[in-house]
Amino acid sequence: MSLLSYLINGISLGSVYAIIALGYTMVYGIAKMLNFAHGDVIMVGGYVVFVLASGMGLPPILAVLISMVVCTVLGMVIERVAYKPLRMAASPLAVLITAIGVSYLLQNLALLLFGANTKSFTSVVTIPAIVLAEGQLTISGETIVTIIACIVIMVGLTAFIKKTKAGQAMLAVSEDKGAAQLMGINVNGTIALTFAIGSALAAVAGVLLCSTYPSLTPYTGAMPGIKAFVAAVFGGIGSIPGAMIGGILLGIIEILGKAYISSQMADAIVFAVLIVVLLVKPTGILGKEIQEKV
Amino acid sequence: MKKFLSIAVASAMVAAALTGCGSNPSSDSTAPTEGTEGNAADSGASAENAAEGGAAAGGVFKIGGIGPVTGAAAVYGQAVKNAAQLAVDEINAAGGINGAQIEFNFQDDEHDAEKAVNAYNTLKDWDMQVLLGTVTSTPCTAVVEKTHEDNLFHLTPSGSAVESIQYDNAFRVCFSDPNQGTASAQYIGENKLATKVAVIYNSSDVYSSGIYQTFATEAPNQGLEIVSAEAFTADSNTDFSVQLQKAKDAGAELVFLPIYYTEASIILGQADKMGFDPLFFGCDGLDGILAVEDFDTSLAEGVMLLTPFAADAEDELTQNFVKAYQDSFGDIPNQFAADAYDGIYAIKAAIEKAGVTPDMSASDICDALKVSMTEITIDGLTGSGMTWGADGEPNKEPKAVKITDGAYAAM
Repeated sequence: MSLLSYLINGISLGSVYAIIALGYTMVYGIAKMLNFAHGDVIMVGGYVVFVLASGMGLPPILAVLISMVVCTVLGMVIERVAYKPLRMAASPLAVLITAIGVSYLLQNLALLLFGANTKSFTSVVTIPAIVLAEGQLTISGETIVTIIACIVIMVGLTAFIKKTKAGQAMLAVSEDKGAAQLMGINVNGTIALTFAIGSALAAVAGVLLCSTYPSLTPYTGAMPGIKAFVAAVFGGIGSIPGAMIGGILLGIIEILGKAYISSQMADAIVFAVLIVVLLVKPTGILGKEIQEKV
Repeated sequence: MKKFLSIAVASAMVAAALTGCGSNPSSDSTAPTEGTEGNAADSGASAENAAEGGAAAGGVFKIGGIGPVTGAAAVYGQAVKNAAQLAVDEINAAGGINGAQIEFNFQDDEHDAEKAVNAYNTLKDWDMQVLLGTVTSTPCTAVVEKTHEDNLFHLTPSGSAVESIQYDNAFRVCFSDPNQGTASAQYIGENKLATKVAVIYNSSDVYSSGIYQTFATEAPNQGLEIVSAEAFTADSNTDFSVQLQKAKDAGAELVFLPIYYTEASIILGQADKMGFDPLFFGCDGLDGILAVEDFDTSLAEGVMLLTPFAADAEDELTQNFVKAYQDSFGDIPNQFAADAYDGIYAIKAAIEKAGVTPDMSASDICDALKVSMTEITIDGLTGSGMTWGADGEPNKEPKAVKITDGAYAAM
């Protein structure tokens, strides 16, 4: 019974990683850059909901929607101001370093605005927990919502890429930027759209993360951001189903490692597994099979 | 244009810094502001004013303080800063120490060892003679190396790790970690609170792992069975589902939390969500849990913690202190505030006993105080008849408080 409980917790944690990893993987697939500021966009999403829901008393759903809008705008602004000029001019390394800079900028801005004190985040989920097997197994409302959100986002995103023109454009840009431009695709617009979608997902991930683990600091996004990056590499960076599988596997490995090996070593185990996977399969789990990279 | 802008910004910052620490004549110097911004500037200003007042009569003792007034342990640093300032103002108003006034300067360390050493260097540049600090154990252990090197008298209100006062120039007001671990096990055993105990501790923190080790040593002597002992680290301090699940599966009646309140508030929330409702028992690190922003205090109902101070105690000293603190700062003081208040009075008593004067060097003062500190007896907020050994440890009785109706109540 406790194994089942660990598995559910693992899937829940993994679903959050997966949603964050989608942002990494989409941006990598299209712009061929690692957006290290992605983790901090999550934190911004969390703070926006915190301010709106706890501070101003707006209904949680509205707060989440506004947070998504704020993060979308933020993601596009970051792309426009920090990445786009460098993408045109400098080496990919410069963009990577800029991303790290943006990450610190966001953390320090949050420090300045909200202080370093931990905020206790009130969960936006109002669904009651499911109690099974006479209290042996409790599945919290947050877990249910997280897993459902993960599935919905996965299905929605796949449909978006397969069925819409903008999605097809994303596919084309990820395959060959130059050729896509020749075909009349607005490459910069497509990249901006990718950042927008990734950042909106980051807002959702931030809310789910903070609802499940109710604490919010300017550094809240940092560690999950790194883990989600690992998940994206794990699943095969550039691949959407890969990010999903990578995220969920990572969550399960982390929780089971904590439960059955050592609660102190959880993070070390996660990274050790990554090394092993990359040694055996350098492109990640789904890295090669899936040709369509987005 | 850009260059002009940066010069303008730089000069504005310099101007702000100068007004901050130099000649801020406004504001009541006895009441440091509540907020986190501008604390250093404020305490600097108040110290300055005190200096002007005291210069006439027998010089000025410069006492420095270090602790987290921002960051994850901010509640502690804020409490120590406020209460120490309260004690300093009382002493100054009553004529000072042997006619000498006290200047108090408190620096932020964000509960970070490196920043604490920086804060210490700042205070040394200010010619600090005695250090009250640091508030938390890990930074204190770093700073004690420096005070030992410089031979500066060091009294920590609440740094409880063994290493925090490992040298002969350092003393503390609170109990040590081993002491807290042993006392917790004894308290649980003697009051028959539980026999099956689970522990969740932070293995990356000396305070937490120190208490856990002595607790685990003492527990069998008290008939306690530790059914699960799970650790977490600073990098994995948000998800406690596994640790709680293990405690639940092992049938724990009581969960011992020798950790700080930030993580404890998350643990209480997650335990509630998974329908796990044991007794929770902690040490002084849990003090402050009721002050976490937006925390649902009903989750903490029934939590017990071992602490030498309860704000609702009946004695006159406590009542006066609580009232004065509330009047000045608006909230009910916690144990850290009481430790700091006692700390300032202990320094006063030691200085009086040794008969040192402000014109002596910090090193000479230290040599005199480390002898006189072991000779004084203090009736303070955190214990009556407190004495100190040459090892720097206080001798006093531990007490436990229970959180009832959203407040700490003596048991």
